[in-house]
Amino acid sequence: MARAESQGGERMSDGELVGSYIVPVHPHTVLAADQNEGWGRLRDAFEEAAQRIKDSDADLLIIYSTTWPSIIGHQIIADPNPEWVMVDNDFHDLGSIPYSFNIDENFAHAWNQANENRGLKSRTVAYHGFPIDVGSVVALKLLNPDNAIPAVIVSSNVYANRAETTVLAKACMDVVKATGRKAVAVTAMSLSNRMFTKPIDPKDDKIHSLKDDEWNRKILEFLGEGRLEDVGQLSRTIHRQIRVNKVVAFKPMWWLSGMNQNRNNLTGEVLAYEAIHGAGGAVVHLDPAASGAGDKEYDEDDVEYFLGERNVLDAQGDETEMVSETVSAKPSNSNGPALWEPTESKDSVNSAAAPKPVGAYPHARRVGDLLYLSGVGPRQPGTNSIPGGPIHDADGKPLEYDIKAQTHAVVQNITRILEEAGGSIDDVLDVTSFLVDMDRDFKGYNEVWADTLGKVGPTRTTLAIRALPTPIAVEMKVIAKAPALE
Amino acid sequence: MGLFMSKGEIVAGCLAPHPPHLVYAENPEQNEPTAEGGWEQLRWGYERLRESLADVEYDAIVLLSPHWQTYIGTHFLGLPKFKSLSVDPVFPNLFRYHYDLDIDVDLARQIHDKAADAGLAVKMMENPDFRVDYGTITTGHMFNPQWDKPLVVLSSNRSRDYYSVEVMQEMMMELGRVTREAILDSGKKVVVIASNSLSHRHFTTESAIPEDMSKEHITSHAMHLWDMRMIEYFRTGQSQRILDEMPEFTEQAIAESDGGGLSWLLSTLDIPNYPGILHGYGTIIGTGNAIVEWPERNHKEGRE
Repeated sequence: MARAESQGGERMSDGELVGSYIVPVHPHTVLAADQNEGWGRLRDAFEEAAQRIKDSDADLLIIYSTTWPSIIGHQIIADPNPEWVMVDNDFHDLGSIPYSFNIDENFAHAWNQANENRGLKSRTVAYHGFPIDVGSVVALKLLNPDNAIPAVIVSSNVYANRAETTVLAKACMDVVKATGRKAVAVTAMSLSNRMFTKPIDPKDDKIHSLKDDEWNRKILEFLGEGRLEDVGQLSRTIHRQIRVNKVVAFKPMWWLSGMNQNRNNLTGEVLAYEAIHGAGGAVVHLDPAASGAGDKEYDEDDVEYFLGERNVLDAQGDETEMVSETVSAKPSNSNGPALWEPTESKDSVNSAAAPKPVGAYPHARRVGDLLYLSGVGPRQPGTNSIPGGPIHDADGKPLEYDIKAQTHAVVQNITRILEEAGGSIDDVLDVTSFLVDMDRDFKGYNEVWADTLGKVGPTRTTLAIRALPTPIAVEMKVIAKAPALE
Repeated sequence: MGLFMSKGEIVAGCLAPHPPHLVYAENPEQNEPTAEGGWEQLRWGYERLRESLADVEYDAIVLLSPHWQTYIGTHFLGLPKFKSLSVDPVFPNLFRYHYDLDIDVDLARQIHDKAADAGLAVKMMENPDFRVDYGTITTGHMFNPQWDKPLVVLSSNRSRDYYSVEVMQEMMMELGRVTREAILDSGKKVVVIASNSLSHRHFTTESAIPEDMSKEHITSHAMHLWDMRMIEYFRTGQSQRILDEMPEFTEQAIAESDGGGLSWLLSTLDIPNYPGILHGYGTIIGTGNAIVEWPERNHKEGRE
């Protein structure tokens, strides 16, 4: 079966995603499906989706809900049996929805750990009376009416960007695969989310504007063709065009695409599309079986680890929780030499956004029309962490690492230094690259090069060397054109 | 208007923020988690506010919380009693509070009806299963831990999200105007409260001990500057400047005034030109929070 194979033809382990669904969040489909024909059709589509999920032999429902915002990373429900009565903030006059759900607490805890492993802030939530959000309640009531399939629910972080949301999905799939689950991913969300600002007669419901309707149909056209990653990469545009700026931006497509290996050749089917008090509500099924579509129209990065704004609280220094970046006269006990402040001189260029040197030298130096950069590695500023992992531990024991992630990070650091000088990556003229394991790493390094600096077109020399001062696999020495001085 | 009917009065207006951390740090018996203190500057500020009003008689508290977010107009709690457990969906580790509060339904309906007459979209919330938002509960507790005064609770109409800060403010000014009219017509003495922070950019991490005050500070210098600018206006009676700068403040400081509470409060107080009393300022998970009282009871002359 096609879905048993990954995109690259590599055999997946037992766990897999057997389907994905997009469903609307408002309570009308549960409480008032008989008051409007469109709401009734959405309810019918929910029931069709529930049957398909049942027929797929899924053993786990994973809900990403836009109506549960979070601030401290992502939160995952881990109460095995949350029970309460949900009343919507706006539509409280439609009635109450009692719920009692079957949550897979073990999966929730494993996902939480997988998030941490990939650099995300995350926590589980298991408190009596925790208010399960309206989107999750509607989804679980209608997609899993008899609670036969255990579920997990994750929040939508208010501040999360695409990288963080994509990595959240990849961490989830780490656990799906490792535990051999047959999972269904569900995003509870509106398309256009502008509602009428006054009460309406249910029979008068319609999409709020023609513009909203046209965009909704364009999104559904893409999804019907299985082009999920294209929709994901259009998320910011969609948000600007048809989304009222509520607490959470239009990011569920980032998560759902991440759950589907950022694929663009799924088999999509729109089961219903209707208005709910002016907002666009749709039930969409995305089957992992490959369809005829495929080529991605856009090309954002496929992020593996989150390297974002963590340890903010420790910016003033807490050596127990972050790798010390303090200037030290002797090597720290971390995995690498001591860090230095960049050397300042008349022509030096130093960036707070680049990792600190491991000796007395600047990040770059301007000479005439040229910039000479000191060797640039993948270490991250602030945390000193190495994307893709270090090549060995503090005792010298070899570790698995990702040369592509390291190479990407090198290019990112070069960009930061050039931007500090007032230039850009397009100014790079000549690069000397150093690899500690040419046989293992040249292919991955070369692929990233082709996607990044290869498009700029500098001359290049690649050398194999025995070691670098820190536990990294790649470093680049760059000469670039210097931006004109004022 | 009955000549002998006593006239209602707003005895004070307050800006009284609601981060659940404050209740958590107080360790009241209603809240399940317990803390080793924290955020004392703000909690002492609330103490000073309570002391300021300790000898002032009033009948009800009218409160607008940005955490009851409604998109179809302004809603009012419309049943006489709400009793349940409030768990903060964002900080459930800090706030799981067993509440039992009374509503002044008559006053709520009076404001509701006047707002409807003025053309505003309004709705009474009469579903007994409804859970009161944690913003209302936190401010309600910190302002009046005895819970011995009935509340009128208004939702936050997110018109800023649908339109702009300017349109939000226009609607909140009108809502404030009718709130004031309704209170004066009611014959009741009332405290009005906007429950919101000032700058509102959070940290996205939490220290292992949430009340570890060595980790607490404003998220950025820009946020601090905006907070101090607003506080200067509060302290010098420059309410009109606050309203004039509301669009820039709300956008640039990501301020929680986006929920309309501050604009509504100043309108309900008829845009006070006398100094507000700053009872406290502090940060909570990076956001800026001020506790301010406008002692309207001392400034009645020439304002009616």
